[in-house]
Amino acid sequence: MSALIEDVKATKQKYDVGSWLIPTISVLAAMFVASILMFAQGLDPILAYKSLFTTAFGSGDGIASTLGKATPLVLSGLAVTLGLRAGLFNIGVQGQLLTGALASAWAGYAITNLPPIIHISVALGFGFFFGGLVGAIAGYLKAFRGVHEVITTIMLNSIVMGIVDYLASHPFKEPDQALTRTPQIIESVRLPVFGPLPSGFAVSLFLAVMMWWVLGYTTTGFRFNSVGRNKFAAWYAGISYKRTIFFAMLFSGGIAGLGGAVETLGITYRFEPAFNLGLGFDGITIALLGRVHPIGIIPGAILIGGMRAGAANMQFDAGVAPELVDLLLAMILLFVTAPLISRFFKNSSNRALTGGWGN
Amino acid sequence: MSALLEVTGVTKRYPGVVANDNISLTVNAGEVVALLGENGAGKSTLLKAVFGLVKPDSGEIKIGGTPIVFGDTAGVIARGVGMVHQHFQLVPVMTVTENIILGDEPKRGLFINKKAAHDEILALSKRYGLEVDPDAVIEDLPVGMQQRVEILKALRKDVKLLILDEPTAVLTPQEIDELLEVIRNLAKSGVGVVLITHKLHEVMAVADRVVVLRGGKLVGTTSPKESDEAGLAQMMVGRSVVLQVNRTEAKRGGVVLEVKGLQVLDDRKLLMVKGVDLSLYSGEILGVAGVEGNGQRELVEAICGMRNREAGEVLLKGEPTKNLNPHAVHEAGISHVPEDREKHGLISSYSIADNLILNQFDQSPFSKGWIRDLSAIATNAVDTVAKFDIRTPSAFNTASSLSGGNKQKVVVARELSEELPVLIAAQPTRGVDVGSIEFIHNQLIAARDKGAAVMLVSAELDEILSLSDRIAVMSGGKIVAVLDSKDADRNYIGRLMAGLKE
Repeated sequence: MSALIEDVKATKQKYDVGSWLIPTISVLAAMFVASILMFAQGLDPILAYKSLFTTAFGSGDGIASTLGKATPLVLSGLAVTLGLRAGLFNIGVQGQLLTGALASAWAGYAITNLPPIIHISVALGFGFFFGGLVGAIAGYLKAFRGVHEVITTIMLNSIVMGIVDYLASHPFKEPDQALTRTPQIIESVRLPVFGPLPSGFAVSLFLAVMMWWVLGYTTTGFRFNSVGRNKFAAWYAGISYKRTIFFAMLFSGGIAGLGGAVETLGITYRFEPAFNLGLGFDGITIALLGRVHPIGIIPGAILIGGMRAGAANMQFDAGVAPELVDLLLAMILLFVTAPLISRFFKNSSNRALTGGWGN
Repeated sequence: MSALLEVTGVTKRYPGVVANDNISLTVNAGEVVALLGENGAGKSTLLKAVFGLVKPDSGEIKIGGTPIVFGDTAGVIARGVGMVHQHFQLVPVMTVTENIILGDEPKRGLFINKKAAHDEILALSKRYGLEVDPDAVIEDLPVGMQQRVEILKALRKDVKLLILDEPTAVLTPQEIDELLEVIRNLAKSGVGVVLITHKLHEVMAVADRVVVLRGGKLVGTTSPKESDEAGLAQMMVGRSVVLQVNRTEAKRGGVVLEVKGLQVLDDRKLLMVKGVDLSLYSGEILGVAGVEGNGQRELVEAICGMRNREAGEVLLKGEPTKNLNPHAVHEAGISHVPEDREKHGLISSYSIADNLILNQFDQSPFSKGWIRDLSAIATNAVDTVAKFDIRTPSAFNTASSLSGGNKQKVVVARELSEELPVLIAAQPTRGVDVGSIEFIHNQLIAARDKGAAVMLVSAELDEILSLSDRIAVMSGGKIVAVLDSKDADRNYIGRLMAGLKE
């Protein structure tokens, strides 16, 4: 039995090395390529990175800001992760997140007579519910109508953006203001910050741990994983494919909506369509960087949150445009997916030649 | 003139299995060679070797007199070897012409010369007598027509050797007749054709020579003139490996499972099981023998809730079971070793431990309510790995790390663990090494001796003969005979399997 435990440990270690190597290399490679670009422009990459990371992680305020930025990223990363575990590529995190952000903003300014704790819970619940609703539409279409979730979630993104734009510029618009935005949420519904720790970040950490536990230790998680890995064997084992797909999309959308809600309640304090734009798509990068593991995404989210938090100061100190962070993100995504893509092509070329030969 | 294809003494070993054992064969221009063998007989490995995808451990493969280089698939194709896959490689939304010229388009400047392409396809189809409408869109065409497009695609590249991989598996009987005609015409025009199949009458109808593979070995070369379907069936199921199983007399109990007038459609929506009646008694093994593709798969799937029943019923202990899903059938008391273990039997990226409880994951003791009991799962895994001799460094390695035989042991172990009244084992030893075969056989007999009603469906006649107490022979979607295994005679069963009445 003790030999057995050694085996388990060895297996786990093997897995961990493999799983951390690619993300780490991807981030370093992206930073390296970016520094060549900075160098070519006559800028000092070392100074830029130093400024970026000192701002992000060098002080209590900096860390608070980093963690604040990281909060919605953790949640959108979790949303993508949950989908991928069930074999679904939820590209609609952006739309679900916007829906959640608007819904919680409305709950934050239109409801005024609740005790703070309950009010915050209600506002977060609004985010989860409406984000989940958008996810559930794609889930329903996939499970019961066979429409591919990539198509529906991309289309739902456009639809949702149109709807939230309309709502924020007409019925929910802040009166007597030229800007398209909702009124500010009331003071007491704002998510409190404890020292360097924004409470929204604590919520997102709690959810990450929850998801890790559910996926690893419950029958529900086993259902999700099984459908994602082999839906035929899952069906054979008595797991309902349709049900699992539907709920995976619903919860994925809900978590994304919650990401929008913590952004509204913790950072922007209102809904403004021009904000939050990339958060949902960053979730894809973070999920892949975290190897589709609920805990694994946390470092990635903090790193990217830190880059976002430090970008403005980097421009000030080193003259590097804050768009560098977008470039870094894009390159990280490229490097992190490159091994996946090359594996895919390797398999598919094999498939083309050997497909249908049995075995 | 040298032969189109010359395979000399090719051997390929995989861990635990010899996929190709010293195989030699030649294909000449203008001849149709049928490569006959059950799944797992080594056909795929041989073909992969011909295309340079698999490196043989020894032996040589020559095309047109020159040896091939491992890894040089493009070179093999350039030398005029074409293949039509069982699963078509066509773009459904493009036209016939577009599909055929894809990758090598006649051009006029920067643009595709559509007129020239159109005319070329017409000429090509006329030359080989393969009638197609060059402007039809692929997805609108029936399957037989799509296959014709695949063949034309291969022929356009000046193919000297055409390999057809189970070309009739997806066709209706009329389409099959047309295809056989096409194959004959191709041979007449000088193309060498390799036809991979396990359907005997097609072989009889079209082949000049028949090469029979079994268990990785070339068991014989014959021709339709020298042999008949019964002879081919016997060669296919062979007698090279004598499997000795110690088993005592069955202590047969009452009827547990009854199949009455069962009719089932196959994937093409054709009636494949044409009214089957069977009774399965506790404490016995009923072997279902037959050449593959005679409805055995559909019969098993219909009993096990994986395929809808058109007519008839299945009674378990006198209670009718409905068109259920596989899990509900399992709950009702039928365990099932599925034919396709990679697709249905296992989640290969899961650990062996999780695969061992795959259909009991939400039941006690493996879960307490919502929460999975990982220590119960681990204990079960360690016990089962020891008891079933599953060869792995750890019960927590992924199932994909196992060899075929050990994968199958995982599935068998799981299905036997609950000791349900009925066990249906479909091709339980396919692609499994000899040691694991013996182990699995003994487990089936042990289950029988504990009182289970066991139905064994196998394409291996030896397996059926050595394990079964009664033998049902299936041919053309019907049970043509049920024999006591004491009265079973290999030749007689071979004739029954080939669909011959005495």
